[in-house]
Amino acid sequence: MTYAVAFKDLTLGYDRHPAVHHLETRIDEGSLTAIVGPNGAGKSTLLKGVTGALAPLEGRVSFGTLARADIAYLPQQSEIDRTFPLSVMDLVAMGLWRRTGAFGQLRRSDRRSVRDAIAAVGLDGFENRPIGSLSGGQMQRTLFARLLLQDARLVLLDEPFTAVDARTTADLIGVVRNWHGEGRTILAVLHDEDVVRSHFPTTLMLAREMVTHGPTAQVLTAENRFRARQMCEACAGPPHICGRSAA
Amino acid sequence: MIWDLVIQPFADFGFMRRALLGCVAISVGATPVGVFLMLRRMSLTGDAMAHAILPGAAVGYLISGLSLGAMTIGGLVAGMVVALLSGFVTRMTSLREDASLAAFYLISLALGVLIVSTRGSNVDLMHVLFGTVLALDDAALILLCSIASLSVLTLALFFRPLALECADPGFLRSVSRLSAVTHFTFLTLVVLNLVGGFHALGTLMAVGIMILPAAAARFWAVGIGGLIATAIAVAMFASLTGLLLSYHYSLPSGPAIILVAGIAYGLSLILGPVGGLAARAFPRRHFEA
Repeated sequence: MTYAVAFKDLTLGYDRHPAVHHLETRIDEGSLTAIVGPNGAGKSTLLKGVTGALAPLEGRVSFGTLARADIAYLPQQSEIDRTFPLSVMDLVAMGLWRRTGAFGQLRRSDRRSVRDAIAAVGLDGFENRPIGSLSGGQMQRTLFARLLLQDARLVLLDEPFTAVDARTTADLIGVVRNWHGEGRTILAVLHDEDVVRSHFPTTLMLAREMVTHGPTAQVLTAENRFRARQMCEACAGPPHICGRSAA
Repeated sequence: MIWDLVIQPFADFGFMRRALLGCVAISVGATPVGVFLMLRRMSLTGDAMAHAILPGAAVGYLISGLSLGAMTIGGLVAGMVVALLSGFVTRMTSLREDASLAAFYLISLALGVLIVSTRGSNVDLMHVLFGTVLALDDAALILLCSIASLSVLTLALFFRPLALECADPGFLRSVSRLSAVTHFTFLTLVVLNLVGGFHALGTLMAVGIMILPAAAARFWAVGIGGLIATAIAVAMFASLTGLLLSYHYSLPSGPAIILVAGIAYGLSLILGPVGGLAARAFPRRHFEA
C-alpha cells in the first residue's frame, strides 16, 4: 500500500525541547487514523509538523504523491477573529481558495457548492449569520463546511469534537466517514476512546515517542495506555542533550 | 442664507475649492484603510506610523526646503523602513508586533524631532505637524488624488486576502503564500495615505481622518462594505463642515476637520444603532430564533 505521509526519525519541538521524539512510521493513503495519547504527548505538534508550520528539529516528514495544497488542517484553537464582520457564507467560501485564489471570481456554481456544504453540515438557514453570533458547535460545523470545500486529499483534525455536543459530534463524524469513503486520508487527534473505537480503524498512540501504531483494537489496551503514561512522566525533570545519533 | 454659509466660500475662493478637493481625495483613499486598521485592532498603528514618517519628511525639508517631492519621498522612505524593520522583527523573533513597531517608531520620532529642532524654525515644525490644507498647489492635489486612486485600486485587488489575513490568518497561511505580501501591501497603503494626508492635515491630524470616521462607522454598519461607505461619508461631511467652520470663524482647518469627525464619532457612539449607547439603553425586543 502506498503511504500518504511518512515520518522519518522525526523530532519536533519548541526551543530545543522535543514534543515529538524520533518518530518513525507511515500513514497509509486512504486510511482513517486516530492519534491518541496523554496531554503533552505531542499530538498537536505532530499535526503542525505535517502542515509545515513547525520545522523539524531532526528527521523529516515526507509525502507520497501529496503536495502542500492537498492538505487541509483544522487547528485545535483556530485563530479566527470572531468579531470580524464575516457571514457563515463568507467564511465557508474561503474553502474554495484553491480554485478562486486570491483574486478569482466566485461563480454561480461556486455559490451553489458553498450552500451545499453549509447544508451538508446541517446549517441551512445560517448562511447570512455573522460568525460572531454562532455557538461553539455551530462554529465547528461551519469550519467543517469549509474543510468540505477544500476538497483535500489529506485532512488533519486537531481535537475536532472537543467542547461539541453529542448530536454535533455524530453529524461531523458522518462527514469524516464520507471523506474516508471517498478515499481521502484522515489524521485526527482525539480524546474520546469510544469515538475512536467505533469509527477509526487505525490508531497511532503517542507519548512523545511512538507507543504503538496499528489496528485500533490492538492499540487501545490497558497495557499500552499504562506505558504511554509512564513514558510521558519520564520526560519530566531537568533537560539533558539527546544522545541518540541521527539516522 | 445656505448659499452664503455653504456655497459662497467655495464659489469665491480657489484655495477653498482646492482644499475641498484635497480633503475629498483623502476621505476616499485613507478612510477604507482606516476601516481595515480598526478591524485588525491596529488603530494605534496608524498613529505610530504617522510619527515614524516625521524624520523622513524632516530630512526632505533639510535637503530642499518646503518641497513637496523631497518631503513625500523622505516620509515614504522613513515609513517603509519602520514598517519593514518592525515586520521583520515580528516574523523572525519572539517580539510581538506592537512592541517591535513601538520600538522603531519611537527611534524614528526622536530622530525626527532632533533633526527638525537643530535645523528648522518652529514655523516649519508647525507645517509638518499640522499641514497646510488651505495652500495646496497643483502638484499636491495631483499627489493626493493619485494616492487615493492607487489606494482604492489596491484595496479592491487585495480585498479577499486582506479580509482573510484579518479574520483567519492561520488559514491564509495554510492555503497561500500571500500572507506576508498582503501584510506589507497593507502597511504600504497606510504609509502612503499618511504621507499624502500630512501635506493637507499634518502628520498628526492625518491619522484622525483615517481612524475617526472608521470608528464612527462601526456604530452604523455591520458588513465591511457598509463600514467603508459610512466611513467615507463621515469623512467627507467632516471635511466640508470643518473647512467651512475654519473659513467662517478663522480656525486652523486641519484640527477643525478632525474635530468635526470627532463630533460625528461622539454622536455615533450615542445614537448609532449597532451597539451604540442609546441602543444599549433601550434594546429592541429579541427574535424568536
